[in-house]
Amino acid sequence: MPDATDRRILRQLLADPDAATAALAARAGVTPASLWRRLDKLRETGVIAAIQLRIDWRALGWEVEVSLRFTLDKTDPRAFDEFIAAAREVPEVTEIQTFLGSVDLRLSVIARDMAHWQQVYRDRILTLPHVSDSEALMLVSTIKDSAELAL
Amino acid sequence: MSGLDATDLAILRILAADATKSAAEVGRAVGIGQPAAWRRIRRLGDQGILAGRRVVVNSAALGFGVTVFLGVRLAAKGRTSLEDFERAVTAIPEVQTVQHVLGQFDYRLRITARDISDFERILRRRIMTLPGVGQVEANVMLSEERRPGPLGTLA
Repeated sequence: MPDATDRRILRQLLADPDAATAALAARAGVTPASLWRRLDKLRETGVIAAIQLRIDWRALGWEVEVSLRFTLDKTDPRAFDEFIAAAREVPEVTEIQTFLGSVDLRLSVIARDMAHWQQVYRDRILTLPHVSDSEALMLVSTIKDSAELAL
Repeated sequence: MSGLDATDLAILRILAADATKSAAEVGRAVGIGQPAAWRRIRRLGDQGILAGRRVVVNSAALGFGVTVFLGVRLAAKGRTSLEDFERAVTAIPEVQTVQHVLGQFDYRLRITARDISDFERILRRRIMTLPGVGQVEANVMLSEERRPGPLGTLA
């Protein structure tokens, strides 16, 4: 169970994931050695599931990002599993979430440009199984994207 | 395509999964030496392709058991109303993500709360009181999976 010091470290890490170890340790009020030890423990126990590098797809020339919301035909009990398995086969899908609410599933899908988007949408998205309804939200801009928690 | 070769793509795939791998480990995995791996990683960073770290935490283990995605429509749309809304919504600590979108909603929000009653408090006191807020739709997240994306189709 993370203690108060762990939470302080996590708060600093989530607020500034690219900070150097020494800076993080100073902000959290611990020594760098103690920071390393605690971060290792937090990773071992799965409190920190992963530290990844984000890929900026726009920098790679993928200009279009769409949030697709789906309602599935839930009369078929395999609907969720088969939809998710098929969505994993689409390379342009970067996120898959399932929900309790009026929306069952959401995909983040990226494309190089609008022509490519149209192609991905027609060939790979409209062919996904068990969809009873879908709707698209086209990303204009990301104003905030943080993993911070009100710790 | 940005001058990336198969080795760069392999490096992106490794670091997108685990940023804590050293240049030596990355080099070994893709069959090049540590200095070459380090140079390539630095170049990917300089080009803005590697865009910083993402720390993925088990929110539930930290007492945040509920993640909700909100679709928000603004009641009135004008330049100032967008700016007022964005300034106010980004200041709410429980709001992790704010995206301006086109479609049935104007904004997508991702909110992390301790439990459903904590979420209700945030919704009533912080979200519904935002300037210009109109229709709001909430969906509680059950599971989430991030995919590597189309790295395999780039080369």
